[in-house]
Amino acid sequence: MEEKDIRNELASIRNIMERSSKFISLSGLSGILAGIYALIGAYLAYRLIYKGPTRIYDSLSIGTYPETITYLLIIAVAVLVASLITGFILSSRQAKRKGQPIWGKISQTLLFHMATPLVTGGLLILILLSRGYYGIVTPSTLIFYGLSLISASNFTFSDVKYLGILEIILGLIAACLPGYGLLFWAIGFGVLHIIYGSMMYLKYDK
Amino acid sequence: MKIAFDKLDKAFENRVRLQIMSVLAANDRYDFNSLKDLLNITDGNLASHLKALEKEEYIVVHKSFLGRKPNTNYEATTKGKQAFKDHLNTLEQLIKQQKLT
Repeated sequence: MEEKDIRNELASIRNIMERSSKFISLSGLSGILAGIYALIGAYLAYRLIYKGPTRIYDSLSIGTYPETITYLLIIAVAVLVASLITGFILSSRQAKRKGQPIWGKISQTLLFHMATPLVTGGLLILILLSRGYYGIVTPSTLIFYGLSLISASNFTFSDVKYLGILEIILGLIAACLPGYGLLFWAIGFGVLHIIYGSMMYLKYDK
Repeated sequence: MKIAFDKLDKAFENRVRLQIMSVLAANDRYDFNSLKDLLNITDGNLASHLKALEKEEYIVVHKSFLGRKPNTNYEATTKGKQAFKDHLNTLEQLIKQQKLT
């Protein structure tokens, strides 16, 4: 056995250990696109909130403009769905290229660990929304999203963990500064996704 | 000191067996079908290599049922993990040695 053969052998061992325990087909490009969708969504929401004679926060307290809330929810759901579909399509393309099953043991583990904090947070936010606590939406979506990233990071690139920590910090700051929700939301879901997506694209997508 | 090639574990001479051990070193347990998908080999091929590793007592088999479907999981034994580690160390030393000469 030559040195080159041994090196190849060690490289293939490392590769198979990584492929067997981590979902390495997460697409960086889909992160960039999700960030762009979020920024578009935030812009549309901004137009909705600030076009009227009064700001939505004032009108909320007296319980008018319920249709604006519906529009905002539609925008949020549209951004979420578009991001999920993009992520799924681009990651399956990547999985095919890297020889990793898109619906296998690892992607299922990843989804489970990501979904637990995310669904818990989502339900809690809906419950609180129904009781009129509008102010908690931005901080808690950021915090629960950050938690779900950290919990998922054990099963994919470890960079995801740092994105999770940043989202949590941003969420906590947002909780201290009520009224700037949309701004923090645009930074957390838009800007950070674009930055992290680009980093992961350069590092892993090739 | 010269490290001989015969220090390399015979059980890992076969590439598939070494790959199986790599997977079981990185994961607590792994099931038959996921292994098959990952390594991209046939049922019979995988089964025969798993048998061989089981015979060496490098892995243990856990059989259970998921509903009605049988679900077979594999786990590396302490002996198997040690053998895998030794094998990697020997490979590393072989590289170092060839650099010196």
